[in-house]
Amino acid sequence: MVLAFIEHVDGAPTMLSLEVLTMAGRLARDLGVPLDAVAIGPKGAAASGILTSYQVATLHLADDLRLAEYAPAAWAHTIAELADRVNPKVVIGTASDRGGEVMAHVAARMTLPLAANCTQIAAGDPFIVTRQRWGGSLLEEAHLRGAVKLLTVAPHALTAEASPNRTEVATHSLAPALEDKDFRVRLVPQAGADSGKISLAQARVVIGGGRGVGSAEGFATLEELADLLGGAVGCSRVVTSLGWRPHSDQVGQTGTRIAPDLYIACGISGAIQHMVGCRAAKHILAINTDPNAPIVAQADYAVIGDVQKVLSAVNAEIRRAKSGHERMVTEAPTA
Amino acid sequence: MNVLVCVKRVPATAGQITLTPDAQEIDTRYLGFTISPHEECAVEEAVRMIEAHGGSSTVLTLGPEAAVDQLRDAMALGIERAILLETDGREWDPVATAAAIVEAIEAERAAGRSYDLVMFGNESADSAGYQVGVRVADALDLPCVTGIKALKISDGRVTVRRQTESGWETAEALLPAVLTVKEGLNLPRYPSLPGRLKAKKKEIERIAPQWQDGGLEKIRLKLPVQAEHTVEILGKNGDAGAQLVAVFQRLRLL
Ligand SMILES: Cc1cc2nc3c(=O)[nH]c(=O)nc-3n(C[C@H](O)[C@H](O)[C@H](O)COP(=O)(O)OP(=O)(O)OC[C@H]3O[C@@H](n4cnc5c(N)ncnc54)[C@H](O)[C@@H]3O)c2cc1C
Repeated sequence: MVLAFIEHVDGAPTMLSLEVLTMAGRLARDLGVPLDAVAIGPKGAAASGILTSYQVATLHLADDLRLAEYAPAAWAHTIAELADRVNPKVVIGTASDRGGEVMAHVAARMTLPLAANCTQIAAGDPFIVTRQRWGGSLLEEAHLRGAVKLLTVAPHALTAEASPNRTEVATHSLAPALEDKDFRVRLVPQAGADSGKISLAQARVVIGGGRGVGSAEGFATLEELADLLGGAVGCSRVVTSLGWRPHSDQVGQTGTRIAPDLYIACGISGAIQHMVGCRAAKHILAINTDPNAPIVAQADYAVIGDVQKVLSAVNAEIRRAKSGHERMVTEAPTA
Repeated sequence: MNVLVCVKRVPATAGQITLTPDAQEIDTRYLGFTISPHEECAVEEAVRMIEAHGGSSTVLTLGPEAAVDQLRDAMALGIERAILLETDGREWDPVATAAAIVEAIEAERAAGRSYDLVMFGNESADSAGYQVGVRVADALDLPCVTGIKALKISDGRVTVRRQTESGWETAEALLPAVLTVKEGLNLPRYPSLPGRLKAKKKEIERIAPQWQDGGLEKIRLKLPVQAEHTVEILGKNGDAGAQLVAVFQRLRLL
């Protein structure tokens, strides 16, 4: 059996978990074994509806009240105990912050190697994985040993594919023998509410600023565009180091990975460590004074020019379009 | 407070990566070496902690002899002691790396030196296995919190903040504990000249760990294939406004 650890919000599997199920389904087919899934926390049973489209045979549910809150060691204990009992060939999870953390604990408990951030799996003997290094700017082909193969799937390494053929999903309840020490790390209730802003990771459009924005104050035009489009503002590492924006805005290898419909890179060179953070964007628009900047070659759309001039013009244009006034017809610029 | 910080020597690649002809390594002929941004923050945090709470700080690395450079860099920033787990230069996988670090920590403990905190970067910049800290915590039977972007120590407990998809979460654990931290935790300082000179003279303690097979073996490295695509130039400076709006409309953002 292939066992997929799925993360869910009130029974709705996360997008990354659907990607994992897609990868796990292919793996199970290659190995000629069934696919099972494990969900932890309350309302996990609601996931079975979606799992019918992913060829899952059995959904193992751990809804022990003590597991309602995220506790990495306890979640890992649950998965390791299940694995000991059902003896899967592969246990596979997401490489999200939580998925990666839980799977590392699973690996430690089972004293098995773990291949993190895989993009491809060749489930033969030897068992070969391709995994991301350097945040994805480099790949490694590696031989993964171990009686049970443990791996996490890199975010957006493949597209989630629901099958039109629905299958019946059996459910099975788990009652893991949890120990107090599995709860040594406790989440504490949040003091201070959310800012109400759209988060970088979830925004449909992200406006990223780099050194070319010029100053902390220069981000005002990016903020304005974000307001007009209902998006979030991000930045490059140089901007964080200069103290223009907080690190929580940083996009890239050591910042946030984003997957918006559109990423607007303003005055950003497009260094590889930045690009790995925005590669999953459906479209990239670059605004840069340098037509030879690496970002321009990697973008779908580009405007060659000064960030502030371009953004002032576009912000004014959107306000005009939104206010419903007669639009000034500008002549198409000659290239 | 006794703090141990574990770091890894990695090539300082700011730009495009090139590989050696046998595809086993990054071509480092024209590159320097460093530790990853997350680990820089771990070192900085350890120095600040000792400044605030007193105690001692130690930096440890598993790597080749040349990794003494990274240990000295950390000492130039204020870390007091350094331990090199010297290898022949081959890369050790996460299982083997964690086992060697655990052995070193146990040897320290046997010699009367125990740590309240063992800190790691969340993942190394190069191999990014996301697990050495967790494995060390598991073997030492200590609580472990990963992905930390803010932390506070008081009354024998550590309270940390981590970023999630939708905001922030707070977690806490009793000391001793293992923490893996992320860039953003702090803004690392630059080494001072006196700091550098002092670090140069300090002794580096050495341990020779036994090579182990951890079960994840590199076959070769590859560069990702860049998908062919064309870029549509929408204009220059202010005259692109209308085209940009058209793109936003086409993508249904307006
Ligand atoms: C291990 C490691 C991890 C890293 N992680 C990250 C990460 O997570 N995120 C990240 O971003 N970087 C990361 N980096 C750093 C990365 O390599 C680059 O240094 C960084 O992304 C460059 O930022 P930038 O593009 O803003 O600045 P620069 O490289 O200085 O580029 C500025 C760009 O702005 C353009 N420009 C200048 N003036 C204007 C103007 N008036 N109008 C329009 N354009 C203008 C220039 O043509 C240039 O293209 C990492 C590096 C390492 C080694």
